[in-house]
Amino acid sequence: MAVTHATTGPAANGTGFASFLTTIPVTLAVMAIGLAVSIAGAVAVYALLAFILPDSRLLGAIVVMFLGVAACFGYFWSSNKLLDTFYPAAGANIAINLTKANAIRPWLFLGPALIVLGIYLVYPVINSIVLSFYGPTGENWVGLYNYQWLAGDGAFRESVRNNILWLLVVPAAATFFGLVAAALTDRISWGNLAKSLIFMPMAISFIGASVIWKFIYDYRPEGAEQIGLLNAIVTLLGGSPQAWITVPFWNNFFLMVVLIWIQTGFAMVILSAALRGIPEETIEAAVIDGASPFQIFYKIKVPQIWGTIAVVWTTITILVLKVFDIVLAMTNGQWGTQVLANYMFDWMFRGLDFGRASTIALVIMIMVVPIMIWNIREARKDMR
Amino acid sequence: MAGVLMKNIKKSYGTTAVIHGINLEIRSGEFVVFVGPSGCGKSTLLRMIAGLESITGGDMYIGEERVNDIPPSQRGIAMVFQSYALYPHMSVYDNMAFGMKIAKAPKADIEKRVREAAEILQLTPYLNRLPKALSGGQRQRVAIGRAIVRNPKVFLFDEPLSNLDAALRVATRIEIAKLKESMPDSTMIYVTHDQVEAMTLADRIVVLSAGNVEQVGPPIELYERPANLFVAQFIGSPAMNVQRARIDQTGEKTTIRLGERKADLPIPSPADMAGAEVHFGVRPEDLTVASNGNGLIDGRVNIVESLGEVTNVYLDVENAPEPIVVKLPGVQRFNRGEIVSLAAAPDKMHLFNEKGRSLLHL
Amino acid sequence: MSTAVGARPALVWAVNISVLLLVAIWTIPTLGILVSSFRDKDQLVVSGWWTALTPSEQSMMARAAPPDEAVQQHGQWVISGNVFGENTGRVSAFGTSIQRPGEFEPGTSAEMDGGMITIEENGDYSITYPEQPEGRRGERLFFTSVEPPKFTTANYETVLFSEGIGQSFINTMTVTIPATVIPILIAAYAAYALSWMEFPGRALLLATIVGLLVVPLQMALIPLLRLYNDIGVGKSYIGIWLAHTGFGLPLAIYLLRNYIAGLPREIIESAKVDGATDFDIFRKIILPLSFPALASFAIFQFLWVWNDLLVATVFLGNNEDQLVMTGRLRELLGSRGGNWEILTASAFVAIIVPIVVFFALQRYLVRGLLAGSVKGG
Repeated sequence: MAVTHATTGPAANGTGFASFLTTIPVTLAVMAIGLAVSIAGAVAVYALLAFILPDSRLLGAIVVMFLGVAACFGYFWSSNKLLDTFYPAAGANIAINLTKANAIRPWLFLGPALIVLGIYLVYPVINSIVLSFYGPTGENWVGLYNYQWLAGDGAFRESVRNNILWLLVVPAAATFFGLVAAALTDRISWGNLAKSLIFMPMAISFIGASVIWKFIYDYRPEGAEQIGLLNAIVTLLGGSPQAWITVPFWNNFFLMVVLIWIQTGFAMVILSAALRGIPEETIEAAVIDGASPFQIFYKIKVPQIWGTIAVVWTTITILVLKVFDIVLAMTNGQWGTQVLANYMFDWMFRGLDFGRASTIALVIMIMVVPIMIWNIREARKDMR
Repeated sequence: MAGVLMKNIKKSYGTTAVIHGINLEIRSGEFVVFVGPSGCGKSTLLRMIAGLESITGGDMYIGEERVNDIPPSQRGIAMVFQSYALYPHMSVYDNMAFGMKIAKAPKADIEKRVREAAEILQLTPYLNRLPKALSGGQRQRVAIGRAIVRNPKVFLFDEPLSNLDAALRVATRIEIAKLKESMPDSTMIYVTHDQVEAMTLADRIVVLSAGNVEQVGPPIELYERPANLFVAQFIGSPAMNVQRARIDQTGEKTTIRLGERKADLPIPSPADMAGAEVHFGVRPEDLTVASNGNGLIDGRVNIVESLGEVTNVYLDVENAPEPIVVKLPGVQRFNRGEIVSLAAAPDKMHLFNEKGRSLLHL
Repeated sequence: MSTAVGARPALVWAVNISVLLLVAIWTIPTLGILVSSFRDKDQLVVSGWWTALTPSEQSMMARAAPPDEAVQQHGQWVISGNVFGENTGRVSAFGTSIQRPGEFEPGTSAEMDGGMITIEENGDYSITYPEQPEGRRGERLFFTSVEPPKFTTANYETVLFSEGIGQSFINTMTVTIPATVIPILIAAYAAYALSWMEFPGRALLLATIVGLLVVPLQMALIPLLRLYNDIGVGKSYIGIWLAHTGFGLPLAIYLLRNYIAGLPREIIESAKVDGATDFDIFRKIILPLSFPALASFAIFQFLWVWNDLLVATVFLGNNEDQLVMTGRLRELLGSRGGNWEILTASAFVAIIVPIVVFFALQRYLVRGLLAGSVKGG
């Protein structure tokens, strides 16, 4: 796709851009009218229904949902119709009309998406950068104060340390288990069932998973009957029960287990597909060359799916940087388990300091940027 | 019905020109085949007629109308694609009716036209099926049916048979020929890289190479009187043998010297070409085995391909870079290393000048 | 997998057992809360859920009838009754102090506070005193009872109707459905434009969308919260629908574009020759053909919105009308941290819908994952 654009060459690009500029007013006008018509229509129907129907919230939600979708569709329909009336594909000016309509139509299709992306993702990134230079309420300019505070803050350093631990352990462990599960399940008759079951935690919320694992880690004083599975096993083996999530440093790993448990299925599904994509001939050739199953796996299969492994790894890495619910639910950052996302949430909701919270959010963003750049480069390669 | 007229048609992507100014007139009711090696621009040219590619320069007329800026649907064309391009989620009927539905034609009209087209193509039993429930040949017929329903002035076929297996390809080729016979007024333009399709279907063939027209003409003329070396070697299989030769004597007839031997050809040559280097061409099927040393060319047998109906013999000739190929009828036996003498009738010989143009087309 | 000549049975066994082990580790935690949520709450706190099917031994205390109910028999004063009161059960041992509830076999006698006590296996007890006992309160009887496994749906009744999970379930639905449907339509149009329409800046736009895929949510929270407060959206369902739409759009556009751009060019050209406009092509060709991709994204977005805690916490209120299930679960973890019968049942209610969706539509989910990841997302 990108290539068609690239090969149009500088000359074609120049005229394309110039004609693009001249179409902006019409594009905006058509878009605005389309939006206005559809939103006004939806609001009118909603007002009418609200007047007729008794106040039922679920019903209200369904109505609003339908209206939202109808308004969406209404926008696309009306703006297209408008464009076709403006520049009909017939008559004396057909060539000019078509060129203009074709220049404008993509923007009509893209309009709502661009507006929403702009408000919900692009604007916040810029605004967060600005806010990081402001005080708690976002009104007083404090310069680099928030950054200075951050540099000297113990909890921040703890969060960074923990985040790095998470980054080192979780993607590696999830990818490893995923690879093992993928390799093993592909070789057995009930592999698909096994895959489904290992994949299932993907569907469970972080908070639900936290409840599940908190139950596993449940602790009763020594001598009492342990109802947490982990302590029951430890006791059975002759050890003494522990309050696992309060054990400094190591508790981080007990939290990580939750995320590994969730993400292994993801890694497995992707890697399994990649393994199946390996040309069967290369494996058969290795079998004839006398390679053992393990050698085939490590020397033939794994090297052929490095690209996919990297993708899985980075995807989980991004998720890890944003991990929040698990820490919030299991420890809320106590006992040395704080992470950046939860720390940011803490300053936002309990500290009520938007400046500091924005600064912490920016740190998370900066950690994501290298992956973002890598992704864009990979994607551009793909599109060529 | 209408013909297609191209005046100096050009196409370039950025600075890369792919069609270099083509002038061509396709008459109403004609079946014209564009043929050429891959990358020669034949599909691009067809897509420019269809309106799927913009025209960078020149004028394109369908009938009386200049269509450069007209959208595909208003050009009065229909196109059959290589991959059939059936809408997979629609039944055969809906596939064929789609264009008319878009044009908001009355239901009864749509029904009538679709039924007629289905009848012609023997698709009536399949009208309610989805494309995935059809065989490759049936799918291709639906694609053709879709074109017929549009009742176009010009039919465009973009390598319509290349996704079919060999047997089906022959059968469908014959069907397309019949279709053309049943619609003598429709203009059809057909793109292929397969010269058999080109030779069997075309009223006229347009041979393209690197964005230029090499020759336009009826199939047999292209075969018998190729305008240049490219056409000579593109049409016919195995390709025409070409050897270096020198003109000995010019005039109404031309005498050439081929190594030690001489040959008289019934081809006129201008006086200023006396002594000039030329390319001498002869088709493998026009060569015969002569008794020892009495032929035009002697060669040493290298490879023998016995195909049953014919035998292809590849011979190494002294001082010639390429081997000479001889196509002999039936089964023939040769020993490797055997010296064979080859002859040909003078009227089956071709002469091309230094630039590759045929002396008949100077 | 190829089963070439000479496959080793030992290896096959090892593979099967390893997978069994993996599956066990990945399912047992969930099984734990499922089993626990159906257990009687008294049994739940004293024995592990893996013993749920075996009778549980439980140290119990009952109070004997007060001394003034003692009756004279054969010259002795006897207090009798049953430790289980109205219920039934089985006593496996009894004792005379709280520290030693398992000291004596049922049916034997033991000395206690000047009397002899006997507790039978069925719970009948008798305390005999040589003289009339005094005091107002009955003796405390310590015993170990064996109770048959008890399963109940009472926990679910509790969480659904008195702990507010039922209401939260409805709130979550209210958030999820529109937040899944709205982005699909917007994204599909954008994806079509990015795949099949020519306009300046297309490559740049695509790169931007790939970049936005990984923008951390945390970045967006504060600016949007402030924006919502400034324009008066506040904490409302409309606000969270749009927020989820915004956060889901990059993935939606990316997934759908990958799919739509992969549709055969000739089909679209054929429709153009047939006279279809871009709008027609989108509705009549692209939308029906993109169903698998639309379904993939819908499942993603559904799971993500249903399971989301962060966005809901920030953009919705804490009141009964707006608290979603993840939020409620988090609240319960704080306020009812030890009440596992509440937590397990609540957790199960919260995860059951996504799990059902997951198993029903796994095919599309996997397809979406592959489209989204393998190509470099």
